[in-house]
Amino acid sequence: MIPSAFDYARPSTVEEAVRTLAEAGEDAKVLAGGQSLLPVLRMRLAAPTMIVDLGRVPELRGVREDGDNLVIGAMTTHYDVARDHLVQDHASLIARATETVADPQVRHRGTFGGSLAHADPAGDLPAVALALGAVMVVEGPSGRREIPAADFFVDYFTTSLAPDELLVAVVIPKHTGWLSHYEKFNRVAQAWSIVAVGVSLQVSGGTIAGARVGLTNMASVPVRAVAVEQALIGQSAGADVLRAAAEHAAEGTSPGTDGNGDAEYRSQLARVLTGRALAIAVGG
Amino acid sequence: MRVTMVVDGVSYTDEVEPRTLLVQHLRETLGKVGTVVGCDTSNCGSCTVHVDGHSVKSCSMLAVQADGCEITTIEGLARDGQLHPVQQAFHDNHALQCGFCTPGMIMQAIDLLADDPDPDERTVRHGLEGNLCRCTGYQNIVRAVQDAAHRLKPAAQADREHEAVGGGE
Repeated sequence: MIPSAFDYARPSTVEEAVRTLAEAGEDAKVLAGGQSLLPVLRMRLAAPTMIVDLGRVPELRGVREDGDNLVIGAMTTHYDVARDHLVQDHASLIARATETVADPQVRHRGTFGGSLAHADPAGDLPAVALALGAVMVVEGPSGRREIPAADFFVDYFTTSLAPDELLVAVVIPKHTGWLSHYEKFNRVAQAWSIVAVGVSLQVSGGTIAGARVGLTNMASVPVRAVAVEQALIGQSAGADVLRAAAEHAAEGTSPGTDGNGDAEYRSQLARVLTGRALAIAVGG
Repeated sequence: MRVTMVVDGVSYTDEVEPRTLLVQHLRETLGKVGTVVGCDTSNCGSCTVHVDGHSVKSCSMLAVQADGCEITTIEGLARDGQLHPVQQAFHDNHALQCGFCTPGMIMQAIDLLADDPDPDERTVRHGLEGNLCRCTGYQNIVRAVQDAAHRLKPAAQADREHEAVGGGE
């Protein structure tokens, strides 16, 4: 099928994009990479009257350093994020998760910010952004504001972005040298995660000095596995410790039940996948 | 809206509705019917083309988004009546049964070989993750891509006098 008709705007600056969005009202939709939006439009699950295409706003693309942080432009593609040396060196968990998103064609078009703003609980990037303490930089008619990831994801496909606000960049505190792995479980290639786990560990002299663990699809929003993190910090990075910590993975989660599995199955998956992710991260 | 794009080396300017998908524009306006539509869900990859040198699913992009871009379809690969080495490798290895997925498979195979000129089997399978073969003819497809990798190596290139080798994109 083809989408229903809409008006199309292609701003060249963030300011113009924000103004266009505000003028268009609530039935406007922002087009980032389009890898979630286009299928939705094609199936006519949505019929916005106006599409605001961010594809020609250069200031929204690229990764840069800013002191102790990385700043990832919202329109940076998955392909570019996964290959970026700054991301690999300072936020390797983001790179590991990004390279598992969908398939190569989708990663060429899909964007980091688009995935976060889409807020699919089965999407791979919200959980790792949350785990690393990302802060969303958003711009609206009254200026810029910052929203911590923990306050950004509100519910299924829902964020705290106002209808006239744009996600322009994501600030990620550097986790230089941390050991990371993203372990994803799905049934077939390019399917969404049934459950996935992202872990990032700071290991110093065999002791775990820092731990960040994020869960995908274990609630209507991404979840940080705080109990797992607490069971790891200060401990030696041995197999027994990792295994015991992984047992806490489903604590505080509220997984849904669907055709892929029920809540109990997802809880078991979370524990198993966390154990695997920790072992792989530490083992290199 | 008026859009201009270079498709298989030829520049086209056309008036399109914003909702027109790139694949529709290629097939219905420009007659590039070598690029096919296999699904309605973005899964199958049959409609894969290259936009500014990278593979994309042309059903998941609007024609207006491709304004000003350079596009290569399966129809733009052969040079002087000679198949592109990846096309030839698919032919020689019988990497198709019904052939419907082939245009997308070949476009994605070229993209993956550009990123990794000597992929192992696992890398090929991973790189073709976004392309489905409903006949499940994957064994020969993977074989063809690895064969094409050998053909595209600089040493093999000299033997073949193939202008499209490596620089076809």
